[in-house]
Amino acid sequence: MERDKNFVLGVYDDEDVLLDAVSKVRESGVKIHEVYSPFPVHGLDEALGYKRSRLPIAAFLFGLLGTSLALTMQFYMMRFDWPMIIGGKDYAAFPDFIPVTFELTVLLAAFGMVGVFMVSSNLKPWGQPRIFDLRITDDKHVMAIDLAANASLGEDKIAEVLKNSGATEVNKKSFE
Amino acid sequence: MQVTSSVREPLITGGKTLKDVTHDISRQVEGKPSMAWLLALLVSVGVLVLGGLALVATLWEGIGMWGLNKTIGWAWDITNFVWWVGIGHAGTLISAVLLLFRQKWRMAINRAAEAMTIFAVICAAMFPIIHMGRPWLGAYWALPLPNTFGSLWVNFNSPLLWDVFAISTYFSVSLVFWYIGLIPDFATIRDRATGIRKTIYGALAFGWDGAAKTWSRYESVALILAGLATPLVLSVHTIVSFDFATSVIPGWHTTIFPPYFVAGAIFSGFAMVLTLMIITRKVFKLEDYITIVHIELMNIVIIITGSIVGIAYITEFFIAWYSGVAAEQYAFVNRAFGPYWWAYWSMMTCNVISPQLFWFKKIRTSIVATFLLSIVVNIGMWFERFVIIVTSLHRDFLPSSWAMFSPTWADIGVYLFTFGLFFTLFLLFAKFFPVINMAEVKSIVKSSSEKVNK
Repeated sequence: MERDKNFVLGVYDDEDVLLDAVSKVRESGVKIHEVYSPFPVHGLDEALGYKRSRLPIAAFLFGLLGTSLALTMQFYMMRFDWPMIIGGKDYAAFPDFIPVTFELTVLLAAFGMVGVFMVSSNLKPWGQPRIFDLRITDDKHVMAIDLAANASLGEDKIAEVLKNSGATEVNKKSFE
Repeated sequence: MQVTSSVREPLITGGKTLKDVTHDISRQVEGKPSMAWLLALLVSVGVLVLGGLALVATLWEGIGMWGLNKTIGWAWDITNFVWWVGIGHAGTLISAVLLLFRQKWRMAINRAAEAMTIFAVICAAMFPIIHMGRPWLGAYWALPLPNTFGSLWVNFNSPLLWDVFAISTYFSVSLVFWYIGLIPDFATIRDRATGIRKTIYGALAFGWDGAAKTWSRYESVALILAGLATPLVLSVHTIVSFDFATSVIPGWHTTIFPPYFVAGAIFSGFAMVLTLMIITRKVFKLEDYITIVHIELMNIVIIITGSIVGIAYITEFFIAWYSGVAAEQYAFVNRAFGPYWWAYWSMMTCNVISPQLFWFKKIRTSIVATFLLSIVVNIGMWFERFVIIVTSLHRDFLPSSWAMFSPTWADIGVYLFTFGLFFTLFLLFAKFFPVINMAEVKSIVKSSSEKVNK
């Protein structure tokens, strides 16, 4: 049996039942492939044992890049490349550079972080996701169990665990 | 377990289930356009084309087409610019600031408010660009691009240039924020559609699969974007106010401008959100999602920001007197009792007196009253910008150069063009995109719907 091809799916109606189910299923030794939901269920990532996202770090680093880029650009242009004294003002006054520096910091932080998010989550316009169940963008939560990763347990055992954890349906799904 | 409160008013009425949410909000996108929508689009495109003539005339002949003169170099153009930017403030405020404050009532209105922000900022940005006279050269004047004059750069000491950075950053970050929020909902529509619509919405959905891992990242992205956009909202109108405040013109040269402009922007932004939401909920039958509770809460924001603006008007007067500067004192007396007294008192009536009516619960929970007052506030806020700009300029330091301003057909036409553009874009959005954030509303069905609160 190949990996990532054959799945047993537990369908859940309620997010609180789902949260309990995730812990129950994990305790019974079944490895969960992924859980799919129509909306963000708070606490689900912790229940699944996911690590905290490092996106804040990405945002910070891109922000820092924006700050240094903006300051370097402004000081280079105004102080060194073409000093212009306009209205008697200092041509390289730090306070005057704050608005542009702030805006570029925010711009790069936002775009950099969103870019990292898109790449890490594999989101792209031509993306063809594997749809486990059409109802996961409507009203159902689906817990997908990879059969290959749980080879020692067997399909029936997994179905039983899912049923006992509160799944309203247990289905099978295979991908080419 | 989710914590539910029996004290709070439900945010979703009509005993909706998750399936109902999908159905009610996708219905508009999936169905045939209604006659009302087509008619509204026709009117908007008509206004866009007619006003477009004025825009073409302005670009062809130059800004001599406008009623500007040597004394009054800024008038309707910059008034409209500041007014539209102000309207563009509620969207990101509702999404970002209220997200950080964990205000769940933002969820039904944030999508449409963000769309409004983006379209309003597009309309706003047009004015400074056209106002440059030769906008095809504008890129060299506004952006630090190497040009044929050698290494002559834009002036980073100028608040007008800060504005370029502020508006374009605000626009692009708001656009990204809005689009990220749309992705899961496009996936919902993709999974209900067939044929060419499935392909289009599939591309728009970016291959969203609703995985817990993606949702987890998505939530941190939303939170950090909110954290970045919150100071951004405040910075944009602060910087717009610097356009005036850093000058030495009496009536402009005031340190109160940044907070006063920000409050005014939120004030007019919420007024426009109310105008649009009241129409949208009625036309698309979304009364169960955009409830009277939402409208009442927005009206409370109107009272607060309207009062801040009112205090700012009075403070300006006080400071003008207290400063002892004759030119400053004259500017303010001239505003209230000079040739433009009618604009000043329209502003005072619309912005200071009218929102105070919302202290009465009967008025702030009345749809008709809210709709009318929201339009009154927007008229008042337009007058505020007109008063600040034109009354400060028309009485120069030299009485020999005193002048009056009256708009030409081209001034009026370009303003109408932006109205046509705004409503055309909003109508297209309302038809082809889900107007309410389905995923977010679904996440509060269990805790904030009528069913639970019973």
